[in-house]
Amino acid sequence: MELISSLLVQVMQMTLVLLAAPLLTGFVRKVKARLQRRRGPSVIQPYRDLLRLLKKEAVVAENASWIFRAAPYLVFAATWVAAALVPTFAKGLLFSWSADLIAIIALLGSARFFLALAGMDIGTAFGGIGSSREMMIASLAEPAMLLIVFTMALVAHSTQLSDVADLLSSPNVGLRVSLGLAAIALIIVAIAENGRIPVDNPATHLELTMVHEAMVLEYSGRHLAMIELAASVKLLLYISLIGCIFVPWTLTEPGASVASYLAGFGLYLAKLAVFGFLLAVFETMIAKMRVFRLPDFVGTALMLGLLGTLLLFVSRSL
Amino acid sequence: MNVVAFLLLCIAAFLGVAVLAVVTSHRRASTRIVYGATLLLSGMAAVAAFSALTGYAAAAKLVLPLGLPWIGAHFRIDALAAFFLTVVNLGGAAASLYAIGYGAHEEEPHRVLPFFPAFLAGMNLVVLADDAYSFLLAWEFMSLTSWALVMAHHHAPENRRAGYVYLVMASLGSLALLLAFGLLAGPDGGYAFETIRGSTRPPLTAAIILILVLVGAGSKAGLVPLHAWLPLAHPAAPSHVSALMSGVMTKVAVYAFIRIVFDLAGVLPWWSGMLLLAFGGVSAVLGVLQALVQDDTKRLLAYSTIENIGIIFIGLGLALAFRTNGMNAAAALAMTAALLHVFNHSLFKSLLFFGAGAVLTATGERSMDRLGGLIHRMPVTSFLFLIGCMAISALPPLNGFVSEWLTFQAILLSPDMVQWALKIIVPAIGGLLALAAALAGATFVKAFGITFLGRPRSDQAATAMEVDRFSLSAMALLGALCLAAGLLPGFIIDALAPVTQQFVGGAIPSQATLPWLSIEPSAVSGSSYNGLLVFLFITMSALMAVWAIHRFASRALRRAPPWDCGFPDPSPITQYSGSSFAQPIRRVFLAGTFATGETVSMPAPGDMRPARFTLTLSDPVWERLYEPVAGVVSFAALHLNKLQFLTIRSYLSLVFLALVSLLLVLAIWS
Repeated sequence: MELISSLLVQVMQMTLVLLAAPLLTGFVRKVKARLQRRRGPSVIQPYRDLLRLLKKEAVVAENASWIFRAAPYLVFAATWVAAALVPTFAKGLLFSWSADLIAIIALLGSARFFLALAGMDIGTAFGGIGSSREMMIASLAEPAMLLIVFTMALVAHSTQLSDVADLLSSPNVGLRVSLGLAAIALIIVAIAENGRIPVDNPATHLELTMVHEAMVLEYSGRHLAMIELAASVKLLLYISLIGCIFVPWTLTEPGASVASYLAGFGLYLAKLAVFGFLLAVFETMIAKMRVFRLPDFVGTALMLGLLGTLLLFVSRSL
Repeated sequence: MNVVAFLLLCIAAFLGVAVLAVVTSHRRASTRIVYGATLLLSGMAAVAAFSALTGYAAAAKLVLPLGLPWIGAHFRIDALAAFFLTVVNLGGAAASLYAIGYGAHEEEPHRVLPFFPAFLAGMNLVVLADDAYSFLLAWEFMSLTSWALVMAHHHAPENRRAGYVYLVMASLGSLALLLAFGLLAGPDGGYAFETIRGSTRPPLTAAIILILVLVGAGSKAGLVPLHAWLPLAHPAAPSHVSALMSGVMTKVAVYAFIRIVFDLAGVLPWWSGMLLLAFGGVSAVLGVLQALVQDDTKRLLAYSTIENIGIIFIGLGLALAFRTNGMNAAAALAMTAALLHVFNHSLFKSLLFFGAGAVLTATGERSMDRLGGLIHRMPVTSFLFLIGCMAISALPPLNGFVSEWLTFQAILLSPDMVQWALKIIVPAIGGLLALAAALAGATFVKAFGITFLGRPRSDQAATAMEVDRFSLSAMALLGALCLAAGLLPGFIIDALAPVTQQFVGGAIPSQATLPWLSIEPSAVSGSSYNGLLVFLFITMSALMAVWAIHRFASRALRRAPPWDCGFPDPSPITQYSGSSFAQPIRRVFLAGTFATGETVSMPAPGDMRPARFTLTLSDPVWERLYEPVAGVVSFAALHLNKLQFLTIRSYLSLVFLALVSLLLVLAIWS
């Protein structure tokens, strides 16, 4: 019975992240538009975009190799698997033990690896600039993320995300300096990894400042749809991660009643809405940074992560 | 038959093949015969060593009446030696298979063929040796044969320079090892390892031994700052030898380090682990940063070897620190991580060097900035090279991720150590390791992207042809092993249990019996990882996406010229080059250091001269360490030169003075 219910939770979660991700993107866009006193597209516009992209023919450059055509699927698959392993509304995912937090980060690294290669496949200057800058940002954001993972793991004595959530929702953790530092660092990393303002502008086109959009410039049709969906899932993943670690109380325990699952589900959507709103407000308030100012911004996360880990090495109770 | 005797017979056969190669190397067929023979011998030796490791019960020994008459030549296989012999011979077999095809392009086969089997014999002998005399003899034999292979293409002046630097550094390393064994054997001259293990020595001597071994084995392995020869010498050799030197010979150096420090040296001071951690962390980050800015694929790979050796030494340093603190389970985890990385790195580094060699054969180019688009011309090579790139960038589900994951898990167990200095340094090392892992990803996106993707940057790249079947099958073998070791790491971890049991008194709990073949290295933390399931999940999700798209969405596909924001430039020069790809990271991490220098000469307005951008790369260690030392040596040589032109009376008085002062020292000492 327990097995069936956890399998059910796992499948529901995988479907949920897939279905909710475009909604979140649409919601953030809508809030941003309202904050800028525009009316903005409808919240479900990303679904319409995806459907339209799926119906169109894909235009592929003449000298594109199989990497270019396979990358969208690989990027999507790696991101989706990573997102499926982060508890969203309930704990006790069936396969949560198959990959810990380090492996989730590394899965996102695999997705980025292929996306960067796809950017270089056609041999255009835009693709190269996007890949090169993406890897530069990643070379700071990924170690920062790993140090954040270290901080969590040292508090929870495990890198398993479900254990971390378990421990952090228990009353004997309390306020900790290291976790505070990790929270700030995680938010910075999430902004950098998802290419949000001030690191990258998801709405920009035809500008030399763009990173993610430059990498995927040559994509169209169904390939672009997969990449857009993967980007939405990644945003959802990071918000779920922040929610799962720092607001773990809303997660439903495994084997709970249907009503509490529904409550957990509603609370999860509320969490997404709150964090999405905050993201939109933050993005509206701040200006895009120059590319070579980014190391200072992302480097802050690296230093905060290191400081958090160091504090825990000094004393487990800090 | 005793496994030691069998392996010694294999070594004798290697030497026999070397002699045969001297006689026949001018014949056309001898390339295939020699490499075929080494393939067979390495394969047999690898199987023998692997079965000795998996069915390990007790060490096997053999004493031959060779070498120093009052000692004889001792040979012994314990679990550690069996593991390293597996690594050496697996690498040897793959390199031989590759060279059956690759070696046919060799212009001067008589400069390679005799030394290749001899080099394999030397590496095997180092691992088998069980007394200081045989060990040092085998070590020197290994160094000299590999030096001869580095000098195979001696017409190029930079190869001659590489050979010279290598010879100097190898002599320095051997000197350090010689002194270390002198201290280990003590005044009684007990050179057999058995005797050394039994004796005890004061802590100061142990500390000096540690530092000497760090210089001796570390210089061969390529630890910063003793690495300067490595990026010169490894690329200079033919590619299959580069693979052996980078993938395997550095591991023999790691073996020497483990054998002496963990086995022979006895009790070490508490800070020895810290020393290793510091050297490992610095090597990992500086190695990968230098790799990232390289333009020559083989030199990039050589610098990346330095990074990986750094990762291995971080694992060993953690193991030593845990052992000092009596945390045996954690020490076993750290040591398993290091050994697994030894195995993994030998696989993917050989694979990548083979790929670089295949590109070299097909295009004659080593510089990435003259390649590009090879994925269309060399589909199989590019696919296998991609596997190697993914493995070395520590991407799941391949094998490089598993060993780095284990190292991270070991780091997370370290706050329980009591020494404050270790508590402070370990998080910093963890940060450096994470940084190195991320930068390795960028490095290999560049290595693959610039070489194989994009448009060809030269005619050679545009007309390249896929390489021969032997080379491809060697790469395919290693690629398959990378995947297998990534999906089923539990079996290898279990095979390493006797090694850790022997040296740190603990072992990781058995992994092969865990459900779904996942790995869960520590009972304390309960963290687990399952490469097999991750691989299945990714494959299933990707297939599901492909199926759904092709079932429900448009299947139409049109080929068109690249869009490039409406302004596609037909000239391939407008693509990103290797140095432009590395530019942002160079600017972030290396700006202001003298490792890279950028000069832009911009013409004045109205001047028709083109603007020029010059990038100079240098290894800071050269200027800061080697050149001053070389200056001191040549200064001393210049001034000591006067002693060569004295009269016989002066010489006699000098000898007398030397004798008197030595006797005085002896009198005061005792």
